This record gives sequence, C-alpha cells and structure tokens, in this order.
Amino acid sequence: MTTNRREFLKIAGASTLSLIVPMILCPAWAKEKLIIPGGESPEAISALRTLKAKRWAMAVDPSKCRADCVDCITACHGVHNVPNFGNPKDEIKWIWLEKFAAAFPGENHSYLGESLQKLRLPVLCNQCANPPCVRVCPTKATFQRPDGIVMMDYHRCIGCRLCMAACPYGARSMNYRDPQPFIGKINPDFPTRTKGVVEKCNFCEERLVRGLGPACVQACKEKALVFGDLENPQSEIRLLLGKRFNLRRRANLGTRPQIYYIV
Amino acid sequence: MKLYNKGYIIAGIVVFIILITFPLWYGKGKSSPPTLSLDTPAIAQLKDKRCIEEKSFMRENHMKLLGTWRDEAVREGNRLYTARDGRVFEKSLSGTCLECHSNKEQFCDRCHNYVGAKPTCFSCHVVPGEVNK
Amino acid sequence: MLEKALKGSRGYWIWISFLLAIITIGFYFYLHQLDYGLGVTGMSRDVSWGLYIAQFTFLVGIAASAVMLVLPYYLHDYKAFGKITILGEFLAVSAVIMCVIFIFVDLGQPSRVLNVLLYPAPTSILFWDMLVLNGYLLINIVTGWIVLSCDRKEVPPPNWIKPLIYLSIPWAISIHTVTAFIYAGLPGRSFWLTAIMAPRFLASAFASGPALLIIICLILKRYGRFDAGEKAISTLAKIVAYALAASIFFVLVELFTVFYSGLPEHEAPFRYLFCGLSGHYNLVPWMWTSAVLAFAALGILIIPHIRRKEGWLAVACAFVFVSLWIEKGLGLVVTGFIPSPLETITEYVPTGTEIAISLGIWAVGFLILTILYRIFVTVRSDIDGANDRSVANVRN
Repeated sequence: MTTNRREFLKIAGASTLSLIVPMILCPAWAKEKLIIPGGESPEAISALRTLKAKRWAMAVDPSKCRADCVDCITACHGVHNVPNFGNPKDEIKWIWLEKFAAAFPGENHSYLGESLQKLRLPVLCNQCANPPCVRVCPTKATFQRPDGIVMMDYHRCIGCRLCMAACPYGARSMNYRDPQPFIGKINPDFPTRTKGVVEKCNFCEERLVRGLGPACVQACKEKALVFGDLENPQSEIRLLLGKRFNLRRRANLGTRPQIYYIV
Repeated sequence: MKLYNKGYIIAGIVVFIILITFPLWYGKGKSSPPTLSLDTPAIAQLKDKRCIEEKSFMRENHMKLLGTWRDEAVREGNRLYTARDGRVFEKSLSGTCLECHSNKEQFCDRCHNYVGAKPTCFSCHVVPGEVNK
Repeated sequence: MLEKALKGSRGYWIWISFLLAIITIGFYFYLHQLDYGLGVTGMSRDVSWGLYIAQFTFLVGIAASAVMLVLPYYLHDYKAFGKITILGEFLAVSAVIMCVIFIFVDLGQPSRVLNVLLYPAPTSILFWDMLVLNGYLLINIVTGWIVLSCDRKEVPPPNWIKPLIYLSIPWAISIHTVTAFIYAGLPGRSFWLTAIMAPRFLASAFASGPALLIIICLILKRYGRFDAGEKAISTLAKIVAYALAASIFFVLVELFTVFYSGLPEHEAPFRYLFCGLSGHYNLVPWMWTSAVLAFAALGILIIPHIRRKEGWLAVACAFVFVSLWIEKGLGLVVTGFIPSPLETITEYVPTGTEIAISLGIWAVGFLILTILYRIFVTVRSDIDGANDRSVANVRN
C-alpha cells in the first residue's frame, strides 16, 4: 500500500474533523448529562429575607460628609477584601472620594463657592441603567440583573479590560497582580479575586440577599448615603430625589447612571 | 508488501508504547490512594454527619455541582439549594462546603494532589479556617 | 511545499536563528508575566491598554492591506500584480497571527480565552473582531497556499477559489472597520469617539501595508532573487502615496474639528499629544517625529522622478511605516486614556518585559513571513527555471 503525503494529510484531517464536527453541530452531545438531585424550593427562598427591588439606586448628599471621613470606603473595602497595593498604578478601589471638578467635569468654574471647591464626594460604580461596560463585554462576564445591579462574574472574566475602556466614570479596577497578599484582614464571608480579572462595586448584592443594606450605607454615621428602590414611590430615596435638586455624573452620555448627587 | 527498515520501525513502536503508557506504569506501588480526614470542629458538632448529597455522588460530581451552583448563584441570583432529602443549603463554596470541611489540606488537597488536579477555586474562595488562623 | 523552507543559504539560517532567539527570550518573559500578572507591564488603573493592544491595532491595518493587491488584480485584471498577490496574502497571514498573539498576551486570564466562543456576546465588538480576524486568517491561508501550489504545478487554480478571493476583499475592509468600532463605540473616551476612526484606520492601513510590502519586494530583489516587476512596485508606491495623503488629511481634519469647536473634552487628548498637558508630555516628541516623517515621506512619494528611484522609495516607505506605527500604535491607544474620566493624567511607559514580549511576537510574525516567502520564492524560481529551460530547448 503506497500513499503520498497529500492523501495521508487528507485522511488525518478528515479523522480529526470527524471527532470535532458532531460536537459543533449539536453542542448538547458534548455536554455530559448530570442530574443534580436538588433544586429550589419556595420555603427556602423566603427564609433568606432577601431585599428585593425593581430598580436599586443610591443618593449621595456630600454636604453631610464630615471632613476627612472615609468610613464608607473602609467598610466597603474591608467587607469585600479589596487589596491595597500601595501604589497608584496597581490601585484597586470600589468607592473613593473625588473633588467636585473631577466628579462633574464641565460643571466646574472658578466662581463656584469655596464650600463646593473643598467638597469631596464619594464616587463609585454608577450601576447604569444603560451600561456601556455590559454592552462591550465579550463573554458577558459583566451583566445587568433585572433589578438594575451591574454584576461581575469573576469566574468568566478573561481580563481583556474592554469594560474599563468603556466605562465613562473610571469606576473599574484591574487586578494586575495577585491581590491576596495585599488584603489587610481577609473577610472569610466574601471571596477575594485573583490576578487578571476586573472588579468594581456590586451594590453589596451579597448583603441584599441576607436582608442587609450596602456596607457603605450602613457605615455612614452622617446618613449621607441613601439606598433604595426607585420604582417604589414611597421609598426614602424617591422622596429625597423629589424634594432636592440632584445631579448625575456625565448624564449627557446616555448611560442613565443610578447614583444621584444632591448638590 | 515489504516493510523497509523493519528493525528501526519495530524498535520505534516499542519505545513509543513504553513512553505513552508512562503514567499507567510509573507510579505503581509508589503511593496509595489517600485517606481523607473528616476531623473538623464543625463536623464533630454535627449530629447527623451527612454531606449535602450522598458520598458517592459528591466524590464523583462535586465539581459539576459547584459549577452549577456558581452559575445559578452568581448569574441568576438563586442562592438556595434544596437537597434531595429536603435540607436547604446556601450555594456557597466558602460558606457551606468549607464551613464543615475546614481542613482543606487534610481533605480537599489529599485527593487533588493524588490525582494531579489543580482546581483554581481556592485562589479566590478563601478557606474560613485558614483565614482566621 | 513546506519542505522548501528547509533549504537556504547561510544568511537565511542566520536570520532564522536570530528570530528564534528573540522568540525564546520573549517567551521566557511571557512566562514571567503569566506568573506575576499584567503588573509587569506599564499599564495602570487609568491607562488600561498599552503596547500590546497598540501593536494589535497597527497590525490589523497591515493585514487588511492585502486587499490593495487583490482588488486591482482580481477585480480589474491589473496584470502587473499577478505575481505578487500571494505575497500580500502571506503578509496578511503573518500579520493576523501576530494580532491574535498580541491579544492573547494582553489577557489577564488567558486560560479562559475560549469563553469568548463558549459564551458568545453579539453586542460586543470584540466578539465580532474575533470572528472576522480568524475568518480572514483562514481565507488568506487557503487562497495563498492553493494559488501558490497551483502555480507550482502550472495548472489554473480551482474554480471555487475565485469566490473566496472576492470574499476576501470586503472581508479585509471589515476587519479594520470592526477594529475601529471597538474604539469608536465607547461613549466615555472622546479621543476615539469619532466617525472618522474607521476611515482613518483604512487609510493608514493602505499606506503602511503596501509600504512594508515594497520594502520586502526590494529586499527580495536584492537577496531573494525574485523580481516583483517595476510596474508592480511603482503602482504600489502610488497607492502608498495616495493612502498616505488621505491619512494625513484625515488627521488634519480631526485637528480642525477638535480645535475650532473648542470642546475641552475633545481638545485635551490632542493637546496632550502635540503640546503636552499640565506638565505631561511623554508622547509629544513621538508624535512630532511621526508628523515629520509622514510629511517627508509624502514629499518623496508625490514627486514621480524621486519615487522611481529605489533608494529614495525605500527610505520613504520606511518613513511611512514608522510614522504610522507611532500614530496608530501608542499614539492612538494610550491617548484615549489621557486625560482619565476623572480628568487626571497618568502617563504610560512600556516596561522592559513588555517590550521583550512584543519583540518576541514581532519575531514570530517575521519568522512566519520568512518561511512563507521562502517557499514562494523557491516555487517561483522553480517555475521560472523550468520556463527558461523549455524556452532554451525550443530555441535549440
């Protein structure tokens, strides 16, 4: 039996394809059939006292903030195992303070009163209703929940950082190194992240499940942060937004951010 | 049909078979299957020492169970799992599994090291027992 | 046909060994990056894309430039390009492979790269970019290889190749348009938020790609015993000239729009590029070099009797390549992040590790190019040798 290289390659190629093609044609064949014995039950769901909403949002009244207060930041970063690398290049932050001019570029001018110039506002992920980061994610590792929270699935993120480029607010941070050695005191109730994924504020969705409010809101002694359901006309946040003038950051971009600043 | 270079070819095939079955014969007798330790404070306190599902199911399928839990808890927000026998657990590796099995080195690692599995879960999901040390 | 790459002169093997050495060094640094994380690069929280994505963006242009050879020959029967369309297709193969590798080394979790296929996200332009890049790679490998092997056997290519080659023409436009859309669709980065991003990408692609091709043809003529033909080279040079003129025009148009309208958000990154902003001016010397080189090259290329001189042509093409490498590389990618959304300026400087890995990937591309071109040149000289012999026999 003689064969030449071309015939051999043709047969090898056809054999390889025959292994792959059935799986491509019908991916269901490639997955193993695993029956998980358990599932959901209605009693279980009500047991958790989960906080539910149609549209979560937060209102920030920075005039209530004490000077040099960072309680919200300490609480958030402590609960969520946010590392401190000690240099601005690798920095990871979920919530931090910014000057008025930085948070509202274009709204600042030199005749604004001194109190506004000295103001430091907490800024965080705006949990936009029309989030560009979700639009651009190639694996849907960041996705939007029906209640409005823009979530991160750290298991799926490939670290391409397109979401960081897309975010108009600079709210996202990349783990350029392994974060675990740089976490002060690891909170065992919440996972850390690993190197190579992007992270951001998650509106404390893991606390909402247990009936607790967000860590920053709970930690603020001055009650500068108000968290609630915008679709509930009786909620504290709805009443507050109806009463006082409020701004959103870069509202003209169409992202419909859900953090409202009372100025 | 004549087989040219018969000596080289047959020798080559024999060497190939020896090399490709290396994992099957190299370790024989050098190590035995590990014994896992269930000696943790949390398990000692349990009246009814049962895992979420049966041991045989868990041994075979715990990774697939965790994968399903992961997608349901993170992506769909369904955080509660009702086991076959009706008990309800939270779908959490650190919060449920590792609360009882807090001795990762004597439990999880023993089998993983034996079979050469390197799950990446623990780079994020800290073991509650190890953190509090 | 691959075995033809295994025979070569001493110079050929020294070049291959040199490339392999650079690849090995780059790979060693990549292992370090895998271990430590992307923190080994100069990227930061503010500037989250750097040298790797800059190289990817520039190389997609080089890959798309194959269409500048294919279109005149296959659509308009421009016979002078007949010999070298395969060179363009092989250049596209090498460039696309470099693009894919650059994206891969830029990922934070490269082991999860298949998630893009397992969990398709059609709203993401990166998803479409992955599809069109790989499709283009496949088209060019198939068409280049088949047409070359048919030439070798001196039979006409099979009928089904023609539709595939016609497909590669809009496909080439699409790869660069999709890459431009990655940038132009982001609402928060005003430097990139311009409709002219895709036309700019195409214009610079059609200038830098053929410029590289001209340089390679001149090298092949001197050292590879392959002559592309004077008509082909001079037409390519004209293409480079027009494309360069368009590219420069597009940049000038951008400058006018930004500075005449005076929008601070749009002005700031351009100011950073050309004048420096608040004491930060890392990219200023680079951009002015790019501008000077571009205008110098344009000057050389518009004057016909200078363009025809091979020495000047080579210099002009080198200028074009370097100028556009700067402008569409770091000049484009890094500036999008400066100033940051919070109006701070964090500058970016690539680290040694980053540069080593990037050089390694360029070396991979050049290795593939060398091998493919060696096969091409050998096949061509076999054919020409056979033709000469048959002509000699007829004469005798």
